[in-house]
Amino acid sequence: MQESTSMQTGSSNRMKFILGGALIVAAVIYLIASSTQASAQYFLTIDEVVAKGDEVLDRDLRISGAVVGESIEYERETLTLSFLVAHVAGDNEELDAEGGLAEALHAAVIDPSRSRLQVVYEGPMPDLLQHEAQAIMTGRLGADGVFYADELLLKCPTKYEEAVPEQAEGL
Amino acid sequence: MIANLGYGALVITFIVSLYGIGASFYGVRQNKPAWVNSARNGMLLTFPLLTLSALSIIVLLITDHYEVEYVASVTSRSMPMYLKITALWGGQAGSLVFWSWLMSAFASAVTLRKWDRDREFLPWVIVVSLITLAFFISLNIFVENPFTRLWQLPSGQVIEEMFQPAGSALFFPRDGQGLNPLLRHPGMIIHPPMLYLGFVSFVIPFAFAIAALVTGRTDDRWIRLTRRWTLWAWMFLSLGLVLGGRWAYDVLGWGGYWGWDPVEIAAFMPWLTGTAFLHSVMIQEKRGMLKQWNMVLVILTYSLVIFGTFLTRSGVLSSVHAFAQSAIGPMFFAFIGITFIGSLSLLFHRWNDLKAKTEMTSMLSREALFLLNNLLFIGILVVCFWGVIFPLISELFTGQKVTVGPPFYERANGPLFAGLLLLMAIAPLSAWGHSTIKTLGRAIWKPAIVSVVAVVAVIVSGITNPYALIGFFLTALVITVTVYEYWRGAMARGKRHGENFFVALWTLVKRNRRRYGGYIIHLSMAMLAIGIIGIEIFQSETQGTLSQGESLALGAYTMTYDSLAVFDAPDGRNVARAVVSINKNGKPVGELYPRRDFFYDSQQPMTIPGVRSTIEDDFYILLVDWEEISTSNATFKVYHNPLVKWMWLGSWLFIFGTLVAAWPEKESDPVPARNRKRVSATVKA
Repeated sequence: MQESTSMQTGSSNRMKFILGGALIVAAVIYLIASSTQASAQYFLTIDEVVAKGDEVLDRDLRISGAVVGESIEYERETLTLSFLVAHVAGDNEELDAEGGLAEALHAAVIDPSRSRLQVVYEGPMPDLLQHEAQAIMTGRLGADGVFYADELLLKCPTKYEEAVPEQAEGL
Repeated sequence: MIANLGYGALVITFIVSLYGIGASFYGVRQNKPAWVNSARNGMLLTFPLLTLSALSIIVLLITDHYEVEYVASVTSRSMPMYLKITALWGGQAGSLVFWSWLMSAFASAVTLRKWDRDREFLPWVIVVSLITLAFFISLNIFVENPFTRLWQLPSGQVIEEMFQPAGSALFFPRDGQGLNPLLRHPGMIIHPPMLYLGFVSFVIPFAFAIAALVTGRTDDRWIRLTRRWTLWAWMFLSLGLVLGGRWAYDVLGWGGYWGWDPVEIAAFMPWLTGTAFLHSVMIQEKRGMLKQWNMVLVILTYSLVIFGTFLTRSGVLSSVHAFAQSAIGPMFFAFIGITFIGSLSLLFHRWNDLKAKTEMTSMLSREALFLLNNLLFIGILVVCFWGVIFPLISELFTGQKVTVGPPFYERANGPLFAGLLLLMAIAPLSAWGHSTIKTLGRAIWKPAIVSVVAVVAVIVSGITNPYALIGFFLTALVITVTVYEYWRGAMARGKRHGENFFVALWTLVKRNRRRYGGYIIHLSMAMLAIGIIGIEIFQSETQGTLSQGESLALGAYTMTYDSLAVFDAPDGRNVARAVVSINKNGKPVGELYPRRDFFYDSQQPMTIPGVRSTIEDDFYILLVDWEEISTSNATFKVYHNPLVKWMWLGSWLFIFGTLVAAWPEKESDPVPARNRKRVSATVKA
């Protein structure tokens, strides 16, 4: 008798805990799903941006490209930075096929047939912005075909790790 | 010569590790303690060997041996001595050696303890530690060798090889590349070691957990043995994270401290499971529940530690941290996969032994709230993990790579963080076993009133942002409840023992250091939360180009551009340093010197902000650009970051709290666990 009541409270208790746990799991799933939707950014290569054009207007985009050094212009009064980026492959396998990121960036910048995109960014001149750096930008493509970046991340793979033999050859 | 010595030491360490794994296995299978002892000696031998190897790298670094590829890639002649030494962890190959060295130091320290009652754990702790160590050393030997040298072939081509190719000669570059200037910051010099210390010391609880699973001694012993290790590991990891934030704030020049960068998340994920683990082991100790869950947490933490090391060191994900590109990825994935699956299958093997004997009954009891805390931490973990892998998932299912940025993490984690704050306020007041709304309400109403008053004061001062108000209410509640707990405990004790308040408080904390140290950590988290609310919600910024004597206003502050000097510093920098005077509410409060350093060796500039930091707010100025010769005008970007200093102050309090909780004491454990439980129950009542 006693045992059966304790069993009963035991199972109703367990139900309570399972329900509570399920509620939290549901809340977390909801948070993830809604936030993913609200902040998704399409990761595109320059080729894809240029090809899609109007299709991706006013969508949050994240693009990556090679910085063309001589195109860098900086308007000090307004802190407006503009430069061209050239298409580089989007996935690692293609990059490896081109001999690594540094080589791929170099190839992208010297190849005039690659598609290029004008980028405008407002803010301080980033320390790492230079010729053949990899720029990863988030922002939107304007109707004028210019990419307006809100965020600008830069990587210079040539600088470290890989550069030694090249530099040595130059000596 | 030195390179060969260092490499030789690495190879020998690898062989010794393999031997130790084998000897330990054999010894325990054949029940031959001599073999286990030999494995233990092997474990101890790895430390001097790795020290030798690490020292070899340091010697090469400080004596400008640029024929060694690693040295050439991370140092240059103009770098000061301390930076040359710390360049040991400035690049991938060196930092892996450093990781192994720390790992070996910790594992050796553990094997040196008195094992008396726990001798059965020893062989398995050795096996787990040595497998981990052997894996990291194999990365160094086979893939990322820090001792590779540059050789010039007869054809004139220069290649990287460990040993001299036929007919070639050593090639000596005149100078090295220099350490990435971004890494030349005190925060960055101690940030990686802290993070690594945290990573490495989490291996120890994992090793004990596996030992418990293998031996079938699945009581709480392994948890009690590793309690302090876990706390230290957790403290180092937390410090690593905070220092990384500090570095970003001081160096990266975007006025922020945390960018939800995949690499940051990689270091944050083991912290989440580790924190959950720290809490849930207490339920196991007090109530004998959640044994399986604790195993899951410690296994997850270990895997995330290895994953974190991999992400921070491989550059698979595009991030500001990806200073390196390398082929160590597949090896890491294989290792994580094997250890994860191996540990889980061991766990399932012992699953039934780990069943709890009691069940939770009350939804508001301390253990239920601890469980909820665990769910929230895991929730945050899932959010983070989802964010990191979402590009891969979306590409797999839609063919389109879609990423999520910081807004995703902020939005999804915000409510979960708020939930954690709420729990920090409620859980200390709830009782083990059983609590009701009524008992909780009776305990919390006083702190709650104080918190409401505090929030009303905030509203009166003109702040109406609802998120900020919720945040301030919760932090106020955490602080008042925690302080109230100290007060209540000390008063009760004082009455019982006739001690005055301070004596009672002192003894109270001394007797329950883990509990009250933990409360100090809660307070520090509340301070951290205040700083985060301040900068996330109330940050404001402006920018402008000023002629000398002109001013720019932001909030209560006005900055005036006075002058700018450009000069060469002796360590290979060209420095442009502006002098800016600051007024607050019309009163002068001092000068700031934002500057831009240009490093000749790496041809890279670095922007150092000028910051005036007070408890109320930070005024943060970046020198963006200037007129070359005349310096007649300059461009500045200015941030106003309210309350951010609370974050750094909270970090100090956090260290203090962890020290209180984790400081070693004599292991006086004469009271058997069963009695102790009763004693602690009466103390609580």
